[in-house]
Amino acid sequence: MQNAFIELPWAVALILLPLAGAMGCFLFPRISRTLGLMTSFSIVVSVVGLGWQLLEHGSYRHAVGGWGAPLGIELVADGLSLLMLTTTAIVGFAISVYSTTYFKPALAVRFWPIWMCLLAALNALFLSADIFNLYVTLELLGLSAVALTALTGSKEALSGAMRYLLATLLASLAYLLGVALLYHSFGSVDIAVLAQQMQAASPYASGAIWAALGLMAAGLMLKSAVFPLHFWLPPAHGSAPAPVSALLSALVVKASFYILLRLWFTLFEPLVNGEAINTLLGLLGCAAILWGSVQALRQTRLKLLIAYSTVAQIGYLFLVFPLAASMGSIAWNGVAYLIISHALAKSAMFLSAGNLLCFGGHDRIADLDRVVQRLPLTAAAFALAGVSIMGLPPSGGFIGKWLLLEAAIIQGRWDLVAVMILGGLLAAAYIFKVIGHTFTQAPVTHEAQSVSASMQWSALLLAIGAMLLGFLSLPVLSLLNISDITATSGVGL
Amino acid sequence: MNPASFYALVGIGLFCLGLFGLIMNSHLLRKILAINIMGSGVFLVLVALAGRAENMPADPVPHAMVITGIVVAISATALALTLMLRVASETGHATLPDEVEK
Amino acid sequence: MNRKILRLILLVPLLLTLATGLGYAVLSLPEQPQYLHKRVIDNMAESGVSHPVTAVLLNFRGYDTLLEMVVLLLALLAVWSLDMPAPQHKTPHKTAPGLILDTLTRLLTPVLILVTAYLLWVGAHAPGGAFQAGSVLAASGVLLLLAGWRVSDKLTALLLRIVLVAGPSVFIIISVFTLLLEGQLLKYPPAQAGLFIVILETVATLSIGATLAALFLGVRPRKIELEKGSEKDSKKDRDKNRQHE
Repeated sequence: MQNAFIELPWAVALILLPLAGAMGCFLFPRISRTLGLMTSFSIVVSVVGLGWQLLEHGSYRHAVGGWGAPLGIELVADGLSLLMLTTTAIVGFAISVYSTTYFKPALAVRFWPIWMCLLAALNALFLSADIFNLYVTLELLGLSAVALTALTGSKEALSGAMRYLLATLLASLAYLLGVALLYHSFGSVDIAVLAQQMQAASPYASGAIWAALGLMAAGLMLKSAVFPLHFWLPPAHGSAPAPVSALLSALVVKASFYILLRLWFTLFEPLVNGEAINTLLGLLGCAAILWGSVQALRQTRLKLLIAYSTVAQIGYLFLVFPLAASMGSIAWNGVAYLIISHALAKSAMFLSAGNLLCFGGHDRIADLDRVVQRLPLTAAAFALAGVSIMGLPPSGGFIGKWLLLEAAIIQGRWDLVAVMILGGLLAAAYIFKVIGHTFTQAPVTHEAQSVSASMQWSALLLAIGAMLLGFLSLPVLSLLNISDITATSGVGL
Repeated sequence: MNPASFYALVGIGLFCLGLFGLIMNSHLLRKILAINIMGSGVFLVLVALAGRAENMPADPVPHAMVITGIVVAISATALALTLMLRVASETGHATLPDEVEK
Repeated sequence: MNRKILRLILLVPLLLTLATGLGYAVLSLPEQPQYLHKRVIDNMAESGVSHPVTAVLLNFRGYDTLLEMVVLLLALLAVWSLDMPAPQHKTPHKTAPGLILDTLTRLLTPVLILVTAYLLWVGAHAPGGAFQAGSVLAASGVLLLLAGWRVSDKLTALLLRIVLVAGPSVFIIISVFTLLLEGQLLKYPPAQAGLFIVILETVATLSIGATLAALFLGVRPRKIELEKGSEKDSKKDRDKNRQHE
């Protein structure tokens, strides 16, 4: 029985289940809430199955259509993709629970089918090993994200969504041009095949290969909203409905960063190893940390503050480029840990902000009226999430930042250490600013509306999850290092 | 330079022209048109280079990729146009907020 | 005005550099590329069709096609969720179409449907296939919509949604079927590959045509709103949600 459970094709299920769910929610809008919730739960089950499968057999490869690369497309699941899939499943489930009560029926029938498509896009993206397939999943992801951002129909949401759409389309086209150049240089779009060819060709790398690197990196950086290409993020994340902001900050921006990580450390590794371009990316990361944190401090609206905090946290992720020599190094582990903890903590924050919005009808920080007494669960969720964002122990954020600091100190990069510490201090400043206001009474007391239990608990449980990650470093890191045994470069430690 | 490379260069030119139009124009419809031109440029590069070997028939894989790309581009354009119409009806201008023409 | 000129001065040299760099990149590509063409030809006998592009699109890289059909459907979902307030669509038959449009539509629609069927069938061994046929079908749909024709309200709810969803859904059903049968996603049994592809393409053509035509119309059929309570209620909910954000 146990064996049969493991051998089921969980990776394929992860893609087909949300697609089927999307069709179902569209066909039968009356039961879309239940259907969506069930699909989200089935994704959690499938991820558990996949994790078990990977622990037993090592990394997993599935040739779609029976045609292996380079003719067909392959699905690959290794440690990093497993962690991203798990994060998607858990955060996705929490957001689904939250959304069952958050959206009124008119908006809910529109939300669920698109949300299911977005989940399918994320799962397909994390399992793909083919750069053109990644383009299609990126487009599916981008279009669903834009549609969800514009859901409320307010002026800010529509403008934010429009800007987001233009940025994401530009980024996808740059990425696709890179794919075109790579295909015509090497004759394949499969990552493993390309990596092998690149190893052989790298001493005499032609202009086309460098151009492809630049184009794909630029496109993915625009999608990941790293400074200075972050201009679209605050308006979009700040004006979307709360669960949508949560999934955007926690999952969608990480997807393009994941692709950048994969390509940088497997495909382009012979080209970029030790080159100055890593320093440039590190510099952009530092700028993002400082700029994002300072901007967050200046905000008067809670959701915009959280959005700028995302900009800052993405900066931390880009420190992997100067610090990590290969996959499996300390900085690599740190960044993977940061991705997961940020996903949990940031979604918890946005969901708490949604609760506050529902409760008071506004999200002005200065007018957060004694939230600690009136919405204790939400205040606790925000505070715990804040602990992870600040990087205080015990939390997932602390472990991630600690690993990055360790890597920086070992390599003597005191400039990066200074930036990270400064970033932590600034994060503490803006988090405490919000928490401080939740304790105080506002000048004018506002009418309160009740917030449903599922909304409060989903936010709190996500925040608790971010804290729990602080205790689970050993198992999580061992899962991360299930490596792809057929990749030719950057394998293991 | 064989014909295939020439068409590929035209594709690159379209890509850059589209990028120029995307950044310089403030009207949303022109931005959307610019994105479409960029898309056409990328597809042209893909398809032109597929036929660059002289004595062999064209490579079918980029052709299939471009068909996929065209469908994706249609979907994106449809969404962009509808979003633009909504922005225009809500704000009165078919532009992004910080680029309203005086 | 000054800001625009400044942007222009900064942008033009950057773009010229970009264009030169990319142009050089294109010219530096190897002359004799490594083709997948040989592999496609070698495996085409098992793929069920005899045209290389159709084989790649629906068999070798069929997974991409599945995702792209979902993208198309998603675009429609997104456009419908944006809920265009379109007064001109409420009374479609108010103004009769002009004589030329009317006659042309009546003459062309049957021809276009025939061309659709032809393109669908010929895709197995010549350029053609589901997307091409679907686009022609959509074109005839657009022509009809321009001439003022609308689908009757009875049909716009569940039946329309079934037609729209049919393409991706049949693809998903075939995926599950092949997964259970052969253990690998989308692995068609070689003997029935042609049959699977024909079924897939036929349903996909209908879906693609319907989706593109619905995208052109842009307005969600009102009947669907009414299923979830009255239209007045949903408008009130929308306004309330708008106040929240």
